[in-house]
Amino acid sequence: MADTSETAAAPRTHVSLQVNGTTREVDIEPRRTLLSVLRDDLSLTGAKPGCEMGNCGACTVLLDGEAVYSCLTLAVECTGREITTIEGLSASGELDPVQQAFIAHDALQCGFCTPGQILAMKALFATNPHPDDETIERAMSGNICRCGAYPKILAAARALAGTQAAQQ
Amino acid sequence: MPIRIITTHLEFEGQISEQRVVMEGEEPAVWGPEAELAVVGKVTPRVDGRERVTGSAQYAYDVQLPGMLVAAGLRSPHPHARIVRIDASRAETAPGVRAVYHHFNTGDLNNPSNDRPVFGDELLYQGDLVAVAIAETKEQAQDALALIAVEYEPLPFVVDQRAALAADAPKVSTTYEHNTIPEGFPQTYERGDLDAGFVQADVTVEAQLSTPTALHNSMETHGGVAQWDGRTLTIWSSTQDVYGVRRGVASALGLQQNQVRAIKQYMGGGFGNKFGAHHSGLVAAYAAYTLGRPVKYMLSREEENLAAGNRPETIQTYRIGAKKDGTLTAIEQHTIGNVGAIGSWFSPVAMATKELYQCANIRTVDEAARTNLGTQASFRAPGVVEGTAGLEVALDQLAAALGMDPLELRRKNYAERHQALDRPYSRKLLLEAYRLGAERIGWAERDHEERRYPQGRDGYLRRGIGMASQLWGGDGGPPAQAIAKLLPDGTAVILTGTQDIGTGTRTVLAQIAAEELGLPLEQVRVELGDTEFGVFSPPSGGSMTLASVGPAVRMAAAEARKELVEVVAQLSEAPTDALDVRDGHIFSRETGKEMGAIGSFLELLDGHEITAKGMRGPNAENMSVRTFGAQFAEVEVDIGTGRVRVLRIVAVHDCGRIVNPLTFSSQIEGGIIQGLGFALMEQRIVDQRLGAVLNANLENYKVPTIRDIPQIDIILLDQPNVHANTIGALGAGEPPIIPTPGAIANAVAHALGRPVKALPLTPDRVLDLLNS
Repeated sequence: MADTSETAAAPRTHVSLQVNGTTREVDIEPRRTLLSVLRDDLSLTGAKPGCEMGNCGACTVLLDGEAVYSCLTLAVECTGREITTIEGLSASGELDPVQQAFIAHDALQCGFCTPGQILAMKALFATNPHPDDETIERAMSGNICRCGAYPKILAAARALAGTQAAQQ
Repeated sequence: MPIRIITTHLEFEGQISEQRVVMEGEEPAVWGPEAELAVVGKVTPRVDGRERVTGSAQYAYDVQLPGMLVAAGLRSPHPHARIVRIDASRAETAPGVRAVYHHFNTGDLNNPSNDRPVFGDELLYQGDLVAVAIAETKEQAQDALALIAVEYEPLPFVVDQRAALAADAPKVSTTYEHNTIPEGFPQTYERGDLDAGFVQADVTVEAQLSTPTALHNSMETHGGVAQWDGRTLTIWSSTQDVYGVRRGVASALGLQQNQVRAIKQYMGGGFGNKFGAHHSGLVAAYAAYTLGRPVKYMLSREEENLAAGNRPETIQTYRIGAKKDGTLTAIEQHTIGNVGAIGSWFSPVAMATKELYQCANIRTVDEAARTNLGTQASFRAPGVVEGTAGLEVALDQLAAALGMDPLELRRKNYAERHQALDRPYSRKLLLEAYRLGAERIGWAERDHEERRYPQGRDGYLRRGIGMASQLWGGDGGPPAQAIAKLLPDGTAVILTGTQDIGTGTRTVLAQIAAEELGLPLEQVRVELGDTEFGVFSPPSGGSMTLASVGPAVRMAAAEARKELVEVVAQLSEAPTDALDVRDGHIFSRETGKEMGAIGSFLELLDGHEITAKGMRGPNAENMSVRTFGAQFAEVEVDIGTGRVRVLRIVAVHDCGRIVNPLTFSSQIEGGIIQGLGFALMEQRIVDQRLGAVLNANLENYKVPTIRDIPQIDIILLDQPNVHANTIGALGAGEPPIIPTPGAIANAVAHALGRPVKALPLTPDRVLDLLNS
């Protein structure tokens, strides 16, 4: 018989999350990350686990409009804050301009990092509608794309920024 | 339809094999340079772009099924050890845990891809699989790992490839007689008379290049979700090869292949190491089959980087002889590669030396060292990236010794024929690539003072320009099949069993079908990545997908169109040759008048669907169909910090007809960027004393980010290769990564006036070079 201190079910806490404009109630262990709650409890699998240690950016979501790594964010920290995932960006059925630019410029290949890239760019344009290349690169440098779609991610951002004609 | 069996030849990553191909009917005539195409060749955003940008694209990692259990793996902390004892009782009774698998209860689960137990009792590297816990949640499975008590008996180990080949080296496995691949190694290739070649030489140079172990780091790790419903084992896998997954799972579980269905709708990158079922898929399948519940096993990033393959490190040495005018008289290449614990093959590191430049006298020797490290796997142009870098670096040193322009040296030794096979190339546009690339990068001004020293000679910045050539297959071949269906409303479904691994396969196949069927692109839907509803296609690797599956899709579409025209002719009492199909409508060839939408005719047939089959025909005989290209790099080196910045890459690649210039350029850019990572920053770091990998993560294993990206100029050649296949297109996945590291290394050598001897060119290594 195993030691009860290790086998007892972990305590749970009730959390109310504002996700894509809707209130979602979950009973979770306090240690759960926002990423795992979004994916496993709320079936919002657009945010991806790439490294689960804050190195790759595939799990990026918006928290009160700011891009955060949801793998490093505890779900319990998010009470009362507005969470936007990639699923929330086109909830009306129409694609967000950032999503449209990603398709038009082919700013993706395998697409696994793409939701994170799009949300990182969305956060950039929310605060700075006309970023220059340096600003774009700084904002996007926390999101790894192993396929190397970077030139086209930059082209998509430039097109949205209206600072330079689309490169492709 | 009568069946013919034709013998043809297939090249896959440097190996030529004989292949029997079953043909039914005839392939359509080649789309030559004169073909007027409306959809093929046009910039076309991806047909599945919407899924990929909205999060609705379902990757293996995203599959969630009712009652699904989750797996977590316990990995060896030792580079070499025997498992003496495992006590999993505490883990087995922990909350949510449904099973713990290990050698002593699951020792008979075999991995058919290497014919070894998935759970062995001898662990051959840090990261080798010890046990897997299956639980209701991921957190519970991970918690359970800490409760598994394992008694290890550490064994002597070796991780250095040279040390591993020494006679008295510790054996990587107690079952090995020596630490090399038992059959065929060392591997020697020889032509001409090497000694005579060196006697003829006026100048002889010796050069070396060490290349690092590179980790694929696909953004989605290996793994999958398996479900057994008592009749079918379904596995959603992150794979480049659904048929390989089906074969592997069926074999490991003792099921018939018709009881296993492998699905891959979307996958987060592969780059060559996602073939076969993989141990993660086998464990998920075994657990689902045994427990009767769906099971997900996706590797963690650390597991991925320890145990899912790598591009093996190499130590390459070259001796090259040439006459005063640059004519090559002899090339000798010796390579030691570190293939890891159970490596059973070694990448073709000598392909460039054998074939890229004209030279009668060649000897190459490849040695493959097994070590107590994770086993190698193919990685985007395996061997050829490393070997091309080595040869091109050596050739620039020869050019310097001869006082000759490096590009002129390459032109001087241009190979008109495939020397190793002694037969012609279908065509070779490499001279054209040299000309265009040199012009664009400004090769003629590469030694100008103001270009070399942007801050003057007293400044810290040095610039240099280098280049390298590229040679690869990419011609694909049979077998590959497709089915085209025209539905009653005039829309089409194309069924194949291929995979879109991010290259844009769905889109180019839809373009080809739309072109041949005379349908708008929106009316064509391509289904792939499913063994149950697709038809056989090869693995998506070796740059072979488009050149293999594209012609099969075209033939299926052509056959469907023929049947459509036949149907319309009978319905409208017109001769078939009087009818044309364009934009989803039937036209009279005579009057040019529209006779109605395709659907308006098919609707009259009470639900009949036109169904036609296509297959990839044999490859051209007695010639080699190759992709060739060249890249030119300009770099800036800060001699104070040792930091290298790539300013610009000019890329010119002949991949035949470009079906979609948009996704083609994405492939070229992606290859260049991975090549840049290999040249400047990527390297697995191993503590030699502990035998431990120190950077099995994305923090300390550096991959390029958006801040590392140079200006990339792609010059399109875009000429159909009429000998290749009926669409005239070749693969573009691997060619662009091949010349990048060599071009960058040569540019750095040019900037510093010192020969490069090791990659990656990290700042510390550049400073060492400056101090040498």
